[in-house]
This record gives sequence, structure tokens and C-alpha cells, in this order.
Amino acid sequence: MKKLLGIALFVLTLAGCGNDGREQLFVYNWGEYMDPEAIRLFEDEFGVRVVYDTFDSNETMYQVLRAGTTQYDVVFPSDYKIERMISEGMLLPLDFDKLPNATHISENLLGLGFDPQNRYSVPYFWGTVGIVYDTKVVSGPVDSWSILWDEAYGGQIYMYDSQRDSLMVALKLLGYSLNTTDMDELAAARDLLIKQSPLVIAYVTDHVIMSMIAGNAALAVVYSGDAAFIMSENPNMNFAIPKEGTNLWVDAMVIPKGANNPDLAHAFINFMHRADIAEMNTRHVMYSTPNVLALEAVKGEVWADNFAYNPPREVLDGIPMEMFRDPGAYLEIYDRIWSEVLIGAR
Amino acid sequence: MDTKKLSYPYLVWITLTILVPMLLIFLYSIIEPGPEPLTFQFSLAHYLRALDGLHLQVLWGSFVIALASTAACLLIGYPAAWFISRLRARSQSQVILLLMMPMWINMLLRSYAWMTILSRNGILNSVLAFFGLPEQNLLYTDFAVILGMVYNFLPFMILPIYTAILKVDANLVDAARDLGASPGETFLKVIFPLSIPGIITGITMVFLPSMSSFVIPQLLGGGQFLMIGNLIERQYLLTGNWHFGSALAMLLMAFILLSVWLMKRFDPKSMDSGEGVIPW
Repeated sequence: MKKLLGIALFVLTLAGCGNDGREQLFVYNWGEYMDPEAIRLFEDEFGVRVVYDTFDSNETMYQVLRAGTTQYDVVFPSDYKIERMISEGMLLPLDFDKLPNATHISENLLGLGFDPQNRYSVPYFWGTVGIVYDTKVVSGPVDSWSILWDEAYGGQIYMYDSQRDSLMVALKLLGYSLNTTDMDELAAARDLLIKQSPLVIAYVTDHVIMSMIAGNAALAVVYSGDAAFIMSENPNMNFAIPKEGTNLWVDAMVIPKGANNPDLAHAFINFMHRADIAEMNTRHVMYSTPNVLALEAVKGEVWADNFAYNPPREVLDGIPMEMFRDPGAYLEIYDRIWSEVLIGAR
Repeated sequence: MDTKKLSYPYLVWITLTILVPMLLIFLYSIIEPGPEPLTFQFSLAHYLRALDGLHLQVLWGSFVIALASTAACLLIGYPAAWFISRLRARSQSQVILLLMMPMWINMLLRSYAWMTILSRNGILNSVLAFFGLPEQNLLYTDFAVILGMVYNFLPFMILPIYTAILKVDANLVDAARDLGASPGETFLKVIFPLSIPGIITGITMVFLPSMSSFVIPQLLGGGQFLMIGNLIERQYLLTGNWHFGSALAMLLMAFILLSVWLMKRFDPKSMDSGEGVIPW
């Protein structure tokens, strides 16, 4: 019995080790989305400990927050998810007096539909979705989603394994809104994706990065930040934003209601937009920074000087950009359509 | 000391980790949110939805892949088990150890390793190119998915068959040979029938995880193989409809129990001895 007690005590001590007297900040971010050095610097400067967890989709993150098993202080959702979290009262309004560095954010990325008054969120990274292509294999200009239906590239195309991103490609090619709730439009997009499926090698997520660097395929639908990384590793690869339009997205920092340490959370968000820290993160992750000082600092460098990392204003203005909105109950309809695509593809 | 007491921790464990979660899933599957917040009402709507054509097609697709993987495991596993049982006792335990060793590595890592091997510019194609052989596109095919399943689940087939063959009374084999049976006849008429309980356990142990697997088809099938496991995962993590996800899970469970029940009818011994009975 004594032995058991000893073991129990030992386990308890281990569990308690997490708290060495320093204040703790619970951060929940996308995987591979921050320079670990930035976290270390924050810990040193503020004498706190950051507990850093990662997620791989907005939906997973949302389920975890809803379950409420961990109280996070700072979370990094995307636009449409922030819209939903605001409408469900899950977020704390931010105190911008505590966020002086928020003035470093480009005006183009403020006042967007998901948080029109910017009361709840501070943009962290932003970007588009486009096509990465191998210039050695693909001849001619790439300027339309329709190239993903070109039989000449059969078995050389990666699609994105996300219901909304893949549906977005088909909807845009058909000239519809990526937020459509019209069942006929959605059915047309479904049929288009089924028609495309014999040409597709696979529907993948992060694996597309290593695959395109290795040159395993000619064309892939990718997020612009991943494209910047792919191009920096494989000079044969190029990035195009199709003329039919695409998804403009923003991942932003928010503080959930029930955060244990809102003051420290504000300090963390502010720290992320200090010029040197924002630069450190954008260099590490290669996603486009909304921070104008950091953008200035990396301007002209090879990895940052392209349509993926820094699309010129006239390109962004010339192509119809649209942001995802919270799909609400349509999430289940998208899910069913995606099942129909995969069953139809077999 | 009363040895029965030793089983208490196991009973507590099984209650907390299997029975309670299963009950919760069952509960989730038959309720839906009521008109007031935090109220629930009885509903079979999730089951009706789970039983529509699309979802039955997904279930059928998973069944076919699981069946193919199980058949492949049996075809490879039986001869392997037989081969191991013929070795010297010392070598037997060494080979079994070798067989178990890959299982100490996380399944995700092993599946990623296969992706590296099978991808277009991967290891396999480099080797083929070295010998001047044509390039193969194996990743993201049926073959890759079944390969991944066989690779991961094969030990679950070999071990029970190996144990069953070891248990065959040597006197029976001697008697058969004594009475004039050829080695082939001895195998077909004595050893094979006596190893059936092992085969049945093996089939069950491979079929169950194959049927509900979702990581392997996701990685090696390139997201093109919608298995029932993927569908259930999406209901929990993507759409957040736990009720529908639970109904799908119950459907899968019913399907598996039915398969196991059918399997057991082929087992001549399961009625009167504990052999070949799946461990629950």
C-alpha cells in the first residue's frame, strides 16, 4: 500500500511540474505556424511559460473549444470561423489600448466581413488559394482553374482534401459564389468535381508541400503561403491566381471567453505584431504577413517576391476575391456533397 | 488470496474505457436537441439518415476493402504461421519477436514511410529506374491501401494461427502418419481443421481494424477512399454532428457484430471451449 502511495505521490509531483511558479499562457495555433524562437523570446521577456498546442483544421479547433476541456488564452482561427465564434458569443472583445502594435497592420486587411469593426480579432497571416505548377511540365500560361480539368495533365493533379476548398475551385470555375447555398449550383460543382476525379492523383492537405517540392505532380491547388515555401525549395515551381477568382483568407488572433489570463493574452497578441517578431514569424512560416513593417523588411527577397507571398495590388484588384462566410447548417450539406464526390469518383 | 479480486482492476478499466463510452455513443445516437436549450428528445432520425443509399454505399466500400485486406492477410499469414511453427523453438521466439518489432513504431509513422517508398519520385521508383524498369504509380491506389492494411494488421493474423498450430497434439499427427496418411493428407485432414479456431480469431482481429480504419486510407489512398471510419470522423471533427456520427458508429458496430457472429458459426469448437473466442 505504501508503495502505491509513493507512486501516486510521484505522479502527482510530475503533474505539478508544469507549474513552476511562472504564469502560464495557453496558446492554440495551426501546426507549423510560428517560429518557436518567438515563443521563447516572449517567455523570457515576460517571465511566463507558454503552453503551445496545435490544430490542423478550424473545425477541430472549434470542437475542442466547444468541449471546453482546455481554457485557451489565445487562439488563431480563420475568418469564417471567427464570424461564427463572434455570433455565438465565444470571444472576448479586445482592448486596443493594450495592443499598440495593432497599428502596424495593413488597412487592406482591416474591417473585413467576418469582424467588420475589428473588435474581436487581430490578423496574423493572410493569403489566397491558387495553383502551384511545374514550369518544366506545364506549357503555356496558367491563368484559369480550367487547367485542372485538362486531360493532358491526367494523373498529375493534386486537389485539396478539404470540402470547402475543393468545392470553391469548382464553384469559381462555374462562375458562382464560393458561399453559395443554391442546391443546383452546388450539384453542378459536385458533378464537375466527379468529372475531374479521374485526372486527380490524390486529395491531400499538408502532404502536398513535400510532394510538390519533390516534383511528384505537375499541378496542385495550394494555399499561397505553402506555395511560397514550395517555390523557395523548388525553383521550377510557380504560382498562379486563376482569373475566375479565389478565396481570400485571413487567420487572426482572438481571445476566447473564459480565458484565464486575458491581460497576458493581450500582451502576447501585441508581441506578435512587434516588427521584429512579425518578421521572424513570416520568415519562418513564409505566409504573408499583414504587418506593414515586417513586409517592408522582407521586400525584395527571392522567396517573398512573387504572386504567392506578395501579390501586387493590381492583381488582387483585377481578380474577384471572395472570403468564406460561416456556412451554418450548410456545413452538413457540403459534407454530404463531398461524400457524393468521393463515392462518384470511385 | 481470492484470485477473483485480481480481475477487478480489469473490470473497472473495461467499464470506464469501453462500456461507458459505448453507452454514451448509443445515447447520443438516439437523441436530438430539444426545443429548449439543454433539453433532449428521443429521435430515430439519425438512424434513418445513416441508412440512406449513400451511406450504405460507403459501408459496402469499407466492407470490400476490409475483406480484401483480410483475405490477403490470411493468404500470407497462414503459410507464415506454419513456417514459424516448423522452426526450432529458439528460432521461433526470435522470428515472433521480429514480427512484433515494427508494431513498436507508431502506425502513422509506418504509413508515412510507405508514402515515401511508393510515391512517384520515391524509393521504389528510384530502384526500378536504376535497373532500367518502368516507373510505377502505386501510391494513392487500391493496392497501396490494402498494402498498408496488410502491413499493419498481419501480425494479428499470424499470431493466433501460429498458437493454434502449436497446440495441435503431436500424437494426432503421429497417429495420422502411422495410419498411412501422406504429409499433405495429414495437414489437410488433421492440422488444418484443428487450426480453424486460430484462423477465425485471426480473421476477426484483422477484419475489425480494417473495417473501421481511417488513417491508412486517408494517407495511402490519398483521400479518395471514403471509408465508414472517415465518415464517422468527419461527423465528430468537421460538421460537429455527434448524433449522426454516433448513429453511423452504431451501424458499423452492428455490422461488425453480425460479421463476427457469422464467422463464429464456422467455428466447430467455439460452442464447447473458449478457444477462438474473441477477447471480450
